[in-house]
Amino acid sequence: MISAGLLLLAWELYATYSGIRATILPAPSRVFEQAMLNREALADNAVPTIRATLLGFACSLSAAFVLSMLVDFFQPLRRALFPVFIVSQTLPLVAVAPLVVLWFGFGLAPKIMLVALVTFFPMLVALVEGYEATEAEIGQMLRAMGAGRWRIFLLARLPSALPYFFAGLRISITYAVVGAIFAEYAGAAKGLGIYMLNAKNNFRPDLVLAAVGVSAALTLVLFGLTVLLQRLAMPWERADRETAGKGAWR
Amino acid sequence: MSRLELRHVHKAFGGLDVLADISLSVGAGEFVSILGPSGAGKSTLFQLLTGAEHGEGEMLFDGARLDDHGRHFAFMPQRDALMPWRRILDNTTLGLEVQGMRRQAARARVAPLFAEFGLAGFERHFPAQLSGGMRQRAALLRTVVQERDMLLLDEPFGALDALTRTAMQRWLEQMWRHHRWTALLITHDVREAVFLSDRIYVLSARPARIVREIKVPLPRPRSLGGDAARQASALEAEILDIILNPNPSKRTRP
Ligand SMILES: Nc1ncnc2c1ncn2[C@@H]1O[C@H](COP(=O)(O)OP(=O)(O)OP(=O)(O)O)[C@@H](O)[C@H]1O
Ligand SMILES: [Mg+2]
Repeated sequence: MISAGLLLLAWELYATYSGIRATILPAPSRVFEQAMLNREALADNAVPTIRATLLGFACSLSAAFVLSMLVDFFQPLRRALFPVFIVSQTLPLVAVAPLVVLWFGFGLAPKIMLVALVTFFPMLVALVEGYEATEAEIGQMLRAMGAGRWRIFLLARLPSALPYFFAGLRISITYAVVGAIFAEYAGAAKGLGIYMLNAKNNFRPDLVLAAVGVSAALTLVLFGLTVLLQRLAMPWERADRETAGKGAWR
Repeated sequence: MSRLELRHVHKAFGGLDVLADISLSVGAGEFVSILGPSGAGKSTLFQLLTGAEHGEGEMLFDGARLDDHGRHFAFMPQRDALMPWRRILDNTTLGLEVQGMRRQAARARVAPLFAEFGLAGFERHFPAQLSGGMRQRAALLRTVVQERDMLLLDEPFGALDALTRTAMQRWLEQMWRHHRWTALLITHDVREAVFLSDRIYVLSARPARIVREIKVPLPRPRSLGGDAARQASALEAEILDIILNPNPSKRTRP
């Protein structure tokens, strides 16, 4: 927080006193001013980005969840599928984004696909490794109690995966926003990505930066939501840090 | 009459012989300990009994072959295996829930036992909020409420500090006198084995075989003073000697 403030201050001072032109590096105050003046256009363009981010993320999340369960129940699937997904992660977005737009048009579909492409594998890996982090003793104990595989999955493996799931979620949600903007950059009717592109072409770096600010705020809000969600879903995490009841050994 | 009977049980992991030849029995209402060095294969024996692994040899319960279908054992793993995400009350009802009991009914069944297990007031706590000794008692409560034919306890107090461990041993001895569970306990604490057991099987290092079977003739309740305590110390010394000098003939060699 403080470091971000200092950085902004340094930037402001540099932009004001170095004599650099505002069309190259606008001062933060100017960016903010222009953002306020253009807030309707910015908001208008943020809506499709948010929609693409959330829809794409929802798709990849459901797909990752279903597939992670299949992989957990049929281990050979893992060796069959993972190489494909790993390759999918090495595709450079710069090359893929225009192609996907070329094939699927300027609508919502290519954005959803790109967001899903960048977030799917991290979520899948997080879930699969989370299941595997289940304490072996808990599994053995449940089996001795008479629980079947499905029961063990629900009672032990799924809850064990929660910390991994949320770690993956926090990382993926930031990828998701970047993915959506990239997809729009490659071609869209509306969206923060295409807004940035147009602003750049009109020599308005202040508006590019204003859009960057909006996307950063959007990412922060989504990130905060995942943290909040984790708090709600894992109440025992906070209990870990409290010391109630310690030291009674009799 | 013996409930559990093992005859010449053998187990290898790949090329690693873990259990060489294990024959033992546990009678109804009897408290039996398996005492052996770390890595001998004690936990592996419980894996065979709970069906997590398969070995060779005969395993009988009440005279019938032990297979995966008969659920005779309530098993307490070496680490307490409490689920961090479940409150203590819901951890202790786990076995009943798996058996198909409704959560409310299971809670009603377990709740009255919390006082006896020294956990009253901690029903709504998470495991991380409990001390080591309390966690072990919660794990033990989760084990006994399953009301299976026999308890399998894998080093229940191994992770506790000495003071807590002694307190827990006394508490368990008292609980056992009250409930008379049929129990098989794994430990590498000689004093614990002598204090709690009716009989002790001493295992060799890996590959494990039974070196000696020792009856513990001490009266119950087990006391900590007087004649019985001297007898206990003598027995402990004898067992230690067996474990530390497995080949008496070699002792005199230079
Ligand atoms: N699933 C497994 N696969 C391969 N080796 C195993 C497996 N389980 C146990 N072992 C090996 O069997 C040996 C005995 O292990 P075990 O856990 O039974 O020892 P233990 O007597 O319970 O030891 P401790 O007192 O330290 O708990 C060890 O050498 C271990 O590496
Ligand atoms: Mg062990």
